[in-house]
Amino acid sequence: MTPVLAYAVAFLVWPGLLLAAPLAWLELWLMRKTVARLQGRVGPPFFQPFFDFMKLMGKRAVIPEGVDRVAFVVLPMLALAATAAALVLMPMPGNPAPRLPGDVMVLIFLLEVPVIAEVVAGYVGRSVYGEVGAMREALMSLAYNLPFLASIVAMAEAAGSFDLGAIAALPFGLVHVVAGIAFLMALPARLKLNPFSIANAESEIVASGLIEYSGPLLGIFELAHALEVVVLTELFVALFVPVPAGITAALAVYVGVGLALLLGLSFLSAVTARLRLPQAFRFYWIWGGAASVAALAAGLVP
Amino acid sequence: MGLLDRVLSVARRRSPWICRLNAGSCNGCDIEVTPIFSPRYDAEQLGIQVHGTPKHCDILVVSGTLTERSRQAVLSMWEQMPSPKAVVGLGSCPASGNVFAESPLVLGASLDTVIPVDVWVTGCPPRPHQILEGIARAAELLGAGATQDQIAARAVTAAAGLERRAS
Repeated sequence: MTPVLAYAVAFLVWPGLLLAAPLAWLELWLMRKTVARLQGRVGPPFFQPFFDFMKLMGKRAVIPEGVDRVAFVVLPMLALAATAAALVLMPMPGNPAPRLPGDVMVLIFLLEVPVIAEVVAGYVGRSVYGEVGAMREALMSLAYNLPFLASIVAMAEAAGSFDLGAIAALPFGLVHVVAGIAFLMALPARLKLNPFSIANAESEIVASGLIEYSGPLLGIFELAHALEVVVLTELFVALFVPVPAGITAALAVYVGVGLALLLGLSFLSAVTARLRLPQAFRFYWIWGGAASVAALAAGLVP
Repeated sequence: MGLLDRVLSVARRRSPWICRLNAGSCNGCDIEVTPIFSPRYDAEQLGIQVHGTPKHCDILVVSGTLTERSRQAVLSMWEQMPSPKAVVGLGSCPASGNVFAESPLVLGASLDTVIPVDVWVTGCPPRPHQILEGIARAAELLGAGATQDQIAARAVTAAAGLERRAS
């Protein structure tokens, strides 16, 4: 396989769009079902995220008057493309794409694109509520990115390289635990779950920055967000969990740890209430900052 | 009907997202909507989600007597919803004006003189399971392509086709 074809297969099939989307829907369903069970409800049927997506794709898109139509249409595509490209970089078993040197840097950039796309979408839509949502999203990304980036940098520091392969080959040690905790601290805010569901606080600001989006454009944004869940859980496993060598065993660890992680996150989101923006910010800059320092220090320990 | 159409039809039936609009209600019906998301009724089993913005929604749930002032809001909300869409008239007020009929500021007309209504859930207020049934029926209409909005869209397409053939 030529590299171009390999990248195309990785982007479109595995670990990219075609096979990651069902995994993303499984994970979304698991999260919604867990929250429902914890609230004493039956919860959504198994195919619910798939139905939601298909229904949105089958609707017409309403583009409000006076918005920049090109930006309005391109932003969801950009978010989806960046997330699928981030999936290509994952060291999943059976990933046909050749490894890039310094792929962690590319990954960090690609993971920021959907966040930026959503912030810009909030302002492009010209809704006041959307602007508040976008502002909250932007401020939250300044907060949770401190432990998020520090945990990844700590791992790169310990491995002495910004290659995901080198980090994954690192023998399990103290830095995995400490940096893993910092990563986990950032995860609920990255996925916009309670208690950090500040940017998409439906009872305060109606919806997130995507308030003006409808139909297929909203569906693409939702798919990008679902794939983000997959990328982040896979990234957690790739960075902090020792993965066995066999393909089946490795796949089982990737999916199993990912689902377990989401169970925990759903539990957290079901038992907590939403914080205010300054509270969340303070949490991330004090406790997240402390975790970041600890992770970076642990990365220096040989 | 192709496979994609069939999947789309099931998806429309199984994923009704609703948007509530109080067009002058006493709040009784709106309070009865809240329990459908409680553990006792659990609307999420039917895929129902409540959204604050009409742009995300498939079904507009309108409660309350129409007034001179809320007429424009109802029309605007309906126009902002992307097709295909359905409308549920909640309670007796949108249908008849109920006890407020013939008050000076009340629009003496039912909701379907403003926007096409697919399902009426009457009662003052209706019970939560009746509201759930009304939304489920509207979702079935969406899946079957039988809402007023979908029928009107098909009529427009057919008329355009006839016009093309004539010219």
